[in-house]
Amino acid sequence: MSALESANKIKAKFGALISEPTEFRGEITVTVADAEKIFEVCAYAKSIGFNYLVDISSIDNYGEDPRWTLIYHLRNIDNGIEIILKTDVSEEKSELPSVLPVWRTSNWHEREIYDMMGIRFSGHPDLRRILMWEGYPYYPLRKDFPLAGKPSDLPGVAFTKISPMEGGPFVTIAGGNDSIAREPRVRTPESDAVEFNARVEARGDNKEARGQAFGPGPVDKK
Amino acid sequence: MAHVQDIEIRDTAARTAAAVEEAQDIHGEKMVLNMGPSHPATHGVLRIVLELDGEVITKADPDVGYLHRGDEKIAENMTYTQFIPYTDRLDYLAPLANNVAYALAVEKLLGIHDKLPPRCQYIRVMCAELARISSHLLGLGAFAMDTGAVTVFLLTFTEREKIYNLAEAASGARLTTSYTRIGGLMRDVPPNWCAMVRQFLKEFAVALAEAHTLLTRNRIWVDRLRDLGVVSKEMAIDYALSGPNLRGSGVNWDARKNQPYLCYKDLDFDVALGSVGDCYDRYLVRMEEMKQSMRILEQCVNKIPGGDENKSHEPVSIEDGKITLPSKTKVLSSMEELIHQFMLVTEGVNCPPGEVYFGHENPKGELGFYINSKGGGVPYRLKIRAPSFINLSILGELMPGTMISDVPVILGSLDFVMGESDR
Repeated sequence: MSALESANKIKAKFGALISEPTEFRGEITVTVADAEKIFEVCAYAKSIGFNYLVDISSIDNYGEDPRWTLIYHLRNIDNGIEIILKTDVSEEKSELPSVLPVWRTSNWHEREIYDMMGIRFSGHPDLRRILMWEGYPYYPLRKDFPLAGKPSDLPGVAFTKISPMEGGPFVTIAGGNDSIAREPRVRTPESDAVEFNARVEARGDNKEARGQAFGPGPVDKK
Repeated sequence: MAHVQDIEIRDTAARTAAAVEEAQDIHGEKMVLNMGPSHPATHGVLRIVLELDGEVITKADPDVGYLHRGDEKIAENMTYTQFIPYTDRLDYLAPLANNVAYALAVEKLLGIHDKLPPRCQYIRVMCAELARISSHLLGLGAFAMDTGAVTVFLLTFTEREKIYNLAEAASGARLTTSYTRIGGLMRDVPPNWCAMVRQFLKEFAVALAEAHTLLTRNRIWVDRLRDLGVVSKEMAIDYALSGPNLRGSGVNWDARKNQPYLCYKDLDFDVALGSVGDCYDRYLVRMEEMKQSMRILEQCVNKIPGGDENKSHEPVSIEDGKITLPSKTKVLSSMEELIHQFMLVTEGVNCPPGEVYFGHENPKGELGFYINSKGGGVPYRLKIRAPSFINLSILGELMPGTMISDVPVILGSLDFVMGESDR
């Protein structure tokens, strides 16, 4: 059975829901008119041998309606026949059924599309972000998201509090009162200078040595 | 007469099952252990949240994305040629293979993927196979080191160095090769390159045999790998694993055989298949693939059109001014070539509207590029099917029931690279 015959078989089963197969560079593509039926079409495709889901891609047709296009690349791993299913989803809806019960590989594909495009998959048990972090407010692969990115309310660095390891394996300044004072993230030029002054005074060093050893050096007392 | 000795193999699967049963009797508290993102056994920045009952894993939640650069977004904002250096940074252990995969995808969109000059096809195949050996060598070395066999790591890294030298001789760069161009190659290989490859093959055969003696019948190695992380045939297909991980489970799929591209039709090689689908099978498949890559390389250096020195001046790029850059002397002396050069550099290769998917048999699995073009020199959408990303998605199902000391072994046997997984 060739790819074209498989496509016609799917069309015979679902009738007007499936478009006429088109060919480009040897790839057979059929369009599913109603995205709500994608699960049934995929389940049927699997039952006629398409047991391997190669990939799910998504396109943002920004400025057009419907805005989203999803592309399912199916393969029969036993004989190498491939067909492509396409379906459109409108921006207001932005949701279609998950095909996770058909192929388990779609789990991470659907999470990625949700993360990058903001399209939801109904019936997916664990629809979390996957590449971006939980709580990120935008969908970066949308065409209206700028290449340079957008500022968000989240802090730019991962850690803002003092590390619980009290310095631990991080680079620390020599000396210091205790390990908490040496922890690099609590140190500021001012706090370094205060500590340095205290140490120089305790040692009674000459003035030339000042400011040459560590950090920004002493601050003159007024 | 050869002396055959049977190695008694302890049944690790049974041991683990007994451990689970034992643990179920005691109603202890479950502990959550965070592994990574900076952990030597995760080969990059993979984070796994493990739920433990004693030493047995009851739940594993892999967390990817720490190396996300937005390559697909970047691709939408530059010409097809400009994206080639970004492909070096996908699977950074096999940049040459990524270059070949991407170039073939764009050439499929242009409709010229089966019209490439024969010398170009042979050089591309050699690049892809060298990349396969290099990637498997690193995977094997790191895998063995995580399992406790440090010697193999030193052995494989010595050989990898030689492949880097070959990449440098061909492309000028050791790691960020960017060797292919749309419609051909950046340049021909230097005259002594095939001799260098022959020399490498001679030395590598010895090293590979040594790695075999160090590991394949090594009792500790076999004990730790056998019956661990078993992926059944159905599970491998359901999770769409690819590359050695798929073939380790006994699924006979190799894009080089099943959907032949370049000159793989003219080359003689076998596809290695596993039977059980455990870590040991995946290891054996990779070892055999390296051997088959050597076979392919040997045939290539003997059959390459134009021979070692290319005295007959076989082209390595399609001679079409609208796709590949003309020679500089022609650009400076002829009007037509000047215009071609100007258009290619400023607007890129003009691709027809349409959409294609091309899957290339990369060392890690099937690296696919889906390109959606609305015409012009810039893709409207470029989706990368990253084999490591998909191979990792099975972890949540593979890990529960194993011991915590098995985690590095399973990770090493899946052989992933996070630069590709996170894109």
